Amino acid sequence: METVGKSFKRVDAWGKVTGEAKYTNDLMPKDCLQAKVVRSTIANGLVKSIDISEAEKVPGVVKILTCFDVPDLQFPTAGHPWSVEAAHQDVPDRKLLNARVRQWGDEIAAIVAVDNVAAERAARLVKVEYEEYEPIVTVEQALAPGATPLHPDIRKDNIFVHSSMKTSPDFNYDEAKKKAIEKYGEENLIEICDTYRTPRISHCHIELCTSWAYVDTNGKVTVVASTQIPHIMRRVISQALGWPVGKVRVIKPYIGGGFGNKQDVLDEPLNAWLSIQCGGRPVCLELSREECIAMTRTRHAAKGVLRALATKDGKLLAREGFIYTNKGAYASHGHAVTAGMATNFKDIFHEEYGCQSDAFSVYTTSAVAGAMRAYGVPQAAFLADALADDICYKGGFDPLKFRMDNCVPPGFVASNGITYYSYSLKECMKRGAEHIHWDEKRKEYANQTGPVRRGVGMSIFMYKVGVHPISLETSSARMILNQDGSIQVELSATEIGQGADTVFSQMASETTGITMDRVFIISTQDTDVAPFDTGAYASRQSFVTGKAVKKCALELRARILDYASYMLGRPAEELMIYQNNICEKIHTGDGAPAPDTADREKNAAEKLKEKLALGGAYIDNTRNDGSKGESEIYKDFLDGNIKEYDIHDLPNGEASILRDTGVEKDVKPGKVLLSMEELAMNAFYSLDRSEHITAEVTSHCKENTFASGCCFVDLEVDMPLGKVKINNIVNVHDSGTLLNPQLAEAQVHGGMAMGLGYGLTEELLYNDKGMPLNDNLLDFKIPTAMDVPELNVEFIQMDDPMGPYGNKALGEPPAIPVAPAIRNAILHATGVSMKEIPMTQQKLVAAFKEAGLI
Amino acid sequence: MLNIVHMTVNGKEVELAVDPRESLVETLREKLNLTSVKRGCGVGECGACTVLIDGVAIDACLYLTMWAEGKHILTTEGLKSPTGELTPIQQAFIDEAAVQCGFCTPGLIMTGVELVESGRKYTREELRKLISGHLCRCTGYENILNAIEKVVGVDS
Repeated sequence: METVGKSFKRVDAWGKVTGEAKYTNDLMPKDCLQAKVVRSTIANGLVKSIDISEAEKVPGVVKILTCFDVPDLQFPTAGHPWSVEAAHQDVPDRKLLNARVRQWGDEIAAIVAVDNVAAERAARLVKVEYEEYEPIVTVEQALAPGATPLHPDIRKDNIFVHSSMKTSPDFNYDEAKKKAIEKYGEENLIEICDTYRTPRISHCHIELCTSWAYVDTNGKVTVVASTQIPHIMRRVISQALGWPVGKVRVIKPYIGGGFGNKQDVLDEPLNAWLSIQCGGRPVCLELSREECIAMTRTRHAAKGVLRALATKDGKLLAREGFIYTNKGAYASHGHAVTAGMATNFKDIFHEEYGCQSDAFSVYTTSAVAGAMRAYGVPQAAFLADALADDICYKGGFDPLKFRMDNCVPPGFVASNGITYYSYSLKECMKRGAEHIHWDEKRKEYANQTGPVRRGVGMSIFMYKVGVHPISLETSSARMILNQDGSIQVELSATEIGQGADTVFSQMASETTGITMDRVFIISTQDTDVAPFDTGAYASRQSFVTGKAVKKCALELRARILDYASYMLGRPAEELMIYQNNICEKIHTGDGAPAPDTADREKNAAEKLKEKLALGGAYIDNTRNDGSKGESEIYKDFLDGNIKEYDIHDLPNGEASILRDTGVEKDVKPGKVLLSMEELAMNAFYSLDRSEHITAEVTSHCKENTFASGCCFVDLEVDMPLGKVKINNIVNVHDSGTLLNPQLAEAQVHGGMAMGLGYGLTEELLYNDKGMPLNDNLLDFKIPTAMDVPELNVEFIQMDDPMGPYGNKALGEPPAIPVAPAIRNAILHATGVSMKEIPMTQQKLVAAFKEAGLI
Repeated sequence: MLNIVHMTVNGKEVELAVDPRESLVETLREKLNLTSVKRGCGVGECGACTVLIDGVAIDACLYLTMWAEGKHILTTEGLKSPTGELTPIQQAFIDEAAVQCGFCTPGLIMTGVELVESGRKYTREELRKLISGHLCRCTGYENILNAIEKVVGVDS
């Protein structure tokens, strides 16, 4: 490939280093009013009355509206594509402002004033009379008999959803254990039964959650918002206001990080309504850092009651997990995150008899849990990998070998049909082990004494790409040729810092033959003009939107060549675009015409499936006979050196049609016939045939695959201080072909740092009144430059046949494996099995004391 | 009641009437439209609003505008040369892929400029400490350190 796979500099870097890139609040008009939300000072109860008489007297106050003024409409907030099936729709469980208070800081009124000072002063003077109920802070309290149901109109108790997943319908852990005792003898078995916990954390994007809203000259309520999901936000605002979608407009400029918090609709519908109530005048609603941390969305805290059974020679026999997550006050992403957690827990390891994982999402009167980078999988990875290492520790197994023997196998097909096409998980483990010098270090650190000890640990993960077939995956793209032969690319997949704009530009360049310096991507999305896409989440964009970019680029290219054919009087089939020129196409192969692109992709996918013997029967066979069932082709490359394996070397030539990047095989550019500039000027202004060359497509993605990877850590634990020092850490990722290696590596760095914070320091704490205790950046400890070690990143690159350019997910995965790897390295160093993260100094010291080590 | 303050901002003398309680981040953003100065917390936790005051990197949210009387303020907007060239620190941020969402970037660049102006070289460990007042959630600081080290590192 000419452009994809090369480390182009970010297309937005110049604007960001000069400070000229505009974020939401940078664009606010001078006459913008400022809004402040009045929040409840109890966690659970009912607003009986609100007295605004004193607040109204504050100079500068324009309007005060309360929960008794809002439309009687409940709406959902999740950044999911809408489902046309009622049963799969997100749950509408909140209004713009709520009289029924379900968390400390719930939104009960709003002040609009000429400035923030007036708005905040007025907010403090609002008097609220409550009927107060007992706070329900923990999952245990929410599930206790007699606990007040928080949403009685939706659920009779506080269990939002309970789902149960099994590797086969008849699997039962206790039955499996009986069978195992018969087969192997009780004395040859190891069992772990324990409870593990992960914390509630905040995304802590550095830009605050903010929007400003006004009614435009068309009468549309327009919201400029820091969001990952402009088109979804438009639909949700329409639902919340009861306005038609066509009268709602959302504009998304550059955003200062999202990490899933902005994959939810937050206060933007409220802001739209406030503007409407103020006659359409612009109103800004920027949350404080404290509000962003505790009153937007968080990562679900999870408790896993887990069991695992293995033989004494390290064969995993059965697992079971009952996973309870703290959903907080409102549904947000509903059960999806928790269900994803349980599914991932089940799928990442494979057992002789099987696995059951039950997932419970539980309403409590605390911060709402929604999407956060890797959507339940960081929790699943901690539960699965902590459990795995506890088995290894008890049985004396090498954790690397245990994972090699028991992890998800090549060719895995999930129960929903998602197939793991390009499998590199074991190769990632091999590479990580080499990097960290696994075998030497495991031996070297085996028999330590003294207060400071070292250990190595690891963790693995797998991650699907986008949400098909669980939900809709659809994306649109538009490309427009300019008079100079350059193009605009317009998408509604959003740049949120991950580098999407850059890799989409590379894709467009790759497939059109127009060089990067002439590809201009429009970074701002305005739902009035930007084509539809659901936005930035699920590590979907380079895969799902990438397909739309490719399809659009192919269409644009065909139109350009059609016009070139008219200008040159030669068939379009004889022409190609190469580096901004129309060239003669010279065939270097057998000269056979290339098959249609769509057919090529379809055939390729089917042939690969056949080749790998994939399908439902494959997994069933694996489970029944207990073998790994690796197909021959995977054995070939697992036993050999993956670097020498190239998907294009698959037998019978099908590999060559696996992935059509739009760059035809076996052709090269010949004589330059026409420049793109000449062509474009003619196309615009020809008196004979004027044609404005554009392309616009929808790509409905019905493919998926898995990405995977691992983390290896070498660390030192100072036990009396409870202090962990990372001496060496590496993430190895199986994300298919890298679109831009430099940006890919940078993406992994950020995820690793987030994983460090998750493992060691971050937790949003509450008191028993349901009041958040550390909702600021001093007390909620995200890593600083002094807390992060040198970050090492490696990739195993294998083309994935489903990816538009051989690529698959990388956005979220880096955050997954770090915390469990650290936990397992601490176990190796000290023999202390930590059952929960974050492993703060206080918790580690307590654990070491309990173990008699200090 | 408003007070009059005189200061030099990005090389230009300005005279402004400000509320004595107004912070410099508010004045720079709202009165002078210098929106590179980002607000991420308002209380000196995140470093996004860092500007140079007489050459010293300071959180503009913790600094009352009245204190800036007679001082020289430099923001990222003031770094560009008259013909549009970038400073070595800005170029290094681009080349080392130290930019992601970009919200912490202007503040970090100002700290970088402060280090360049000091005229000395720094070890990587020193740089870690010197940028630890800036929170970044995207990069893990790895490429930010690479970028700054490229310009002021002991081996650069």
